[in-house]
Amino acid sequence: MIAFVLLSLAMIASALFTVTAKKPVYSVVGLLANFIALAITYLTLHAEFLAVMQIVVYSGAILILFVFVIALLSAGTKPFEPGPNRMPRALVPAVIFALIGFAAIVVTIGRSVFSPAPIAGATGEADVFGSVANFGTALFTRNLLPFEITAFVLMVAIIGVVLLAGDETPAARPPKRLAREPINPPREPIAR
Amino acid sequence: MSVPVEAYVIVAAILFFIGVVGVIARRNPLIQLMSIELLFNSANLALTTFARSWANNDGHIFAFLVITVAAAEAAIGLAIVVIVFRKTTFVDVDEVATLKG
Repeated sequence: MIAFVLLSLAMIASALFTVTAKKPVYSVVGLLANFIALAITYLTLHAEFLAVMQIVVYSGAILILFVFVIALLSAGTKPFEPGPNRMPRALVPAVIFALIGFAAIVVTIGRSVFSPAPIAGATGEADVFGSVANFGTALFTRNLLPFEITAFVLMVAIIGVVLLAGDETPAARPPKRLAREPINPPREPIAR
Repeated sequence: MSVPVEAYVIVAAILFFIGVVGVIARRNPLIQLMSIELLFNSANLALTTFARSWANNDGHIFAFLVITVAAAEAAIGLAIVVIVFRKTTFVDVDEVATLKG
């Protein structure tokens, strides 16, 4: 219970810092703290593989991508300033909307009955609920098609990123020197 | 579970709506993308909580898929930020209104 309270406070505080930070780099730091606290929370929920994935994929890959983009945008002629933030103007409707949604969730939870199922074994033991073996068995037997679709989604993302942010567009390139040869050189007869 | 399920779900809801406020109120596209990551993570926390509640790891599978989609979304979103920033040195997403009808 103490661990849960501490982790919750850490997650909420770091999320607030992420949203209110002046510069994107500070937001990245807040988000890193949030992800690490969330990974530990996953461990308290018997989700070992997800905890590791959270560190590796989010903290290791996505946040590094953010840092790279911030560095890339800052490397131009003028620094990437946060600029005039319209946060005070849009803040009031956003907070009202969030509070309404949060109240709806709280009311729904109040009407629900949760009876957690008991689990034999603690976090970290082999072959209990949430262990890596358990997760892998579920992923590669019953959920093989979603796993393959995951690969497809990532491939589409890679192709999209390369098309969007890859090299400059063909129109911007200097035109190539025309080749001396005719386009369709006469072919040698194919020996039969 | 020593901690009730409701507590986890409420924490997930708080994180979600902090992210919602970030997406709506902030105008820096990078911070908006990070707020979207907060949304994904709060959804993952709720999924993991319910997976634990039912002792059924389908929720873990779903959270795994969400992480994948979040990675793809972050990559493409950042690519869009980069190409827009190449053309105009914007500091505010409201200035990017070329596609506005």
